[in-house]
Amino acid sequence: MGKKAIVIGASSGIGRELVLQLARDGATVAAVARRTDRLNEIAAQYPGKILVFTHDVLNNQEVPGLFAEIAKTLGGLDMVIYNSGVMPEVGPSEFNFDKDKLMVDVNVLGAIAWLNEAANRFAQVKAGTIIGIGSVAGDRGRAGQPVYNMSKAALASYLESLRNRLHKLGVKVVTIKPGPTATEMTEHLKMRGMMDPAKVAQITLRKAGKSGEYYVKFSHHLIFAIIRRIPSLIFRRLPL
Amino acid sequence: MSPPSPPALNLRDRVVRVSGFGMVSNSDGYLFRPTSVAEIVQIFELARQAGRQILLRGAGRTYGDGNIGAECLLVEFSRMNRILSWDPATGLIDCEAGVTIEDLWRHILEDGYWPPVVSGTMTPQLGGALGMNIHGKNNYCTGTLGEQVVELRVLLTNGEMLTLTPQDDYFHDFISTAGLLGVIVGAKLRMKRIDSGDLRVFANTPRNWDEQIATFERFEHESDYMVSWIDCFARGDQAGRGQFHAAWYIHERFEASLRPDHQDLPDTIMGLVPKSVVWRFLKPLNNRFGMRFLNWAKDFAGKTLGNEKIHHQSLVGFSFLLDYVPNWRRAYLPGGFIQYQSFVPKEHAKRVFSRQVELQQEAGLVSFLGVMKRHRPDNFLFSHAVDGYSMALDFKVTKRNWKRLEALCHQMNELVLEAGGKFYFAKDSTLRPQDVRRWLGSNLDRFFALKSNLDPDNLLTSDLARRLKLG
Repeated sequence: MGKKAIVIGASSGIGRELVLQLARDGATVAAVARRTDRLNEIAAQYPGKILVFTHDVLNNQEVPGLFAEIAKTLGGLDMVIYNSGVMPEVGPSEFNFDKDKLMVDVNVLGAIAWLNEAANRFAQVKAGTIIGIGSVAGDRGRAGQPVYNMSKAALASYLESLRNRLHKLGVKVVTIKPGPTATEMTEHLKMRGMMDPAKVAQITLRKAGKSGEYYVKFSHHLIFAIIRRIPSLIFRRLPL
Repeated sequence: MSPPSPPALNLRDRVVRVSGFGMVSNSDGYLFRPTSVAEIVQIFELARQAGRQILLRGAGRTYGDGNIGAECLLVEFSRMNRILSWDPATGLIDCEAGVTIEDLWRHILEDGYWPPVVSGTMTPQLGGALGMNIHGKNNYCTGTLGEQVVELRVLLTNGEMLTLTPQDDYFHDFISTAGLLGVIVGAKLRMKRIDSGDLRVFANTPRNWDEQIATFERFEHESDYMVSWIDCFARGDQAGRGQFHAAWYIHERFEASLRPDHQDLPDTIMGLVPKSVVWRFLKPLNNRFGMRFLNWAKDFAGKTLGNEKIHHQSLVGFSFLLDYVPNWRRAYLPGGFIQYQSFVPKEHAKRVFSRQVELQQEAGLVSFLGVMKRHRPDNFLFSHAVDGYSMALDFKVTKRNWKRLEALCHQMNELVLEAGGKFYFAKDSTLRPQDVRRWLGSNLDRFFALKSNLDPDNLLTSDLARRLKLG
């Protein structure tokens, strides 16, 4: 019996890969994002397995109705993945409330709007998996992206709370913390050695069976264990 | 006075996950537990407003997907469980749909009555039991539960109430059609007069298919109940071996046996092991090696203990074998199990059932439990009964075996259909629309005509109905 899943933030990057891999594995997937044309192009690869729902996560008042409509269309629900995220380019001395608000709205409030719905439903049916795509950026407050870092830390904290609330009810809550990944969101970073979104999606789905917080690369466990323990006095002087 | 307006639709906090009795299929729906016909009418209205369908669910004892409905409003009848009238002089009892078989026998036993048709568990509710038109181990002489009904009350999705007797047009259509044409909200049934709460039970051990059939034929004209267990692991000239039971009502008055405490099943095995933990001991044996051993052990015990002998057994003890070990089906988790039951005319029964068992052995998917019963035909629209025999088979389901199991069932279906046999929606998980067409023929055309007439909005459905394109 195929799983039924929702992926929010499905039009590109990790979300796109999650949708394709879920459909390839037999799931029926609701692909949710703003860009309908992109979604249609993805849905065409697995006709009948990928269903397109156009939605801007800034319109979080739409979520309860849309969530119910998607569950009805899919004929049930087993997994909800929140992948939407923005990281506008922020200068080293820039403090721009509009950009910051956008990050909080998309990365945090959008997640809460969708995952609260998922948590409410899964708690009642005593089953289901919630996955949030976080980031290693949430592990420390670095100088370069104050609000992005804060938003991913908030998301991780929110997911941990959901995990603690729901574990007795058989609901799995998974936090995935990829490092820099080659997506549209990170194009402006001009970094080398970024992760492949298909690989991140593959690992995400592999981790879906067990509640917890996971890095995508094994080396990240070690690196970020160290980074998290660097005293603030030293950390603020590092070029991170 | 106008009817009360429906309550505001808040489905968000009504979502539940329900599964079939076999725990293989499950789906989420929105639970409503009405207490009256008026509340069911409101639920129809809510469903129309929400653009959703309705699943009628009794006690959830249908093995497959006939009692689940993805994203439906689930109407469950456990709060409509009143016995409206009982007349010991005539043996007529009038019940709401949520009355269980246990409620029924507990209510009437002390007046010297017993439900004439009961299933292998006492938990089904009357509405669901009539929707599926259940049978018992006495189907060959007493017929189905539907044949015991003298008055049926059905609510249509337009809010109209019908009261039907067996002489009325739609009577045989609402019974057996799995709650897809209307809502059975109550029924008046005729109960069976008894003198004793015990049965006289004869046991013997047929050694092969020929002896099985011969034993059924030997007792079919003189017994009140017949059932036989089949060891599906047995091969060659042992194939078809098992343990047969025939039972008779006792006609000497025995008042003490008509008390519920005489009937209640014990909580322990031999006064030692609490039955509530037995399923945990069964679980490690619930594989082909363990079950081959258990089937062999049962056969050995049958041959050596009580063979060809008569003993007395309470009606509850004889009738409700599925209630002996609480939670026994958990031994099948995590994958659950399906029950496959097919009904074959008597002249083809031996050939079809023996081949079904051979196919299982060839596929390496042997049923852990086989049960054979004798039946007689009836006039209900989705009738499963034939002048012949049925064999019910329990198959463990795993992630790895499901596709092969489905293919095996399709092969077994083909044998049944070629022999003019039938199926039973309470036990089905693997039929396809084309199989149903071949089984039901013109009755299916009548069903679709009734469906468009009686439920034009197609409100009533189930996952089984969707799978088989019935609603």
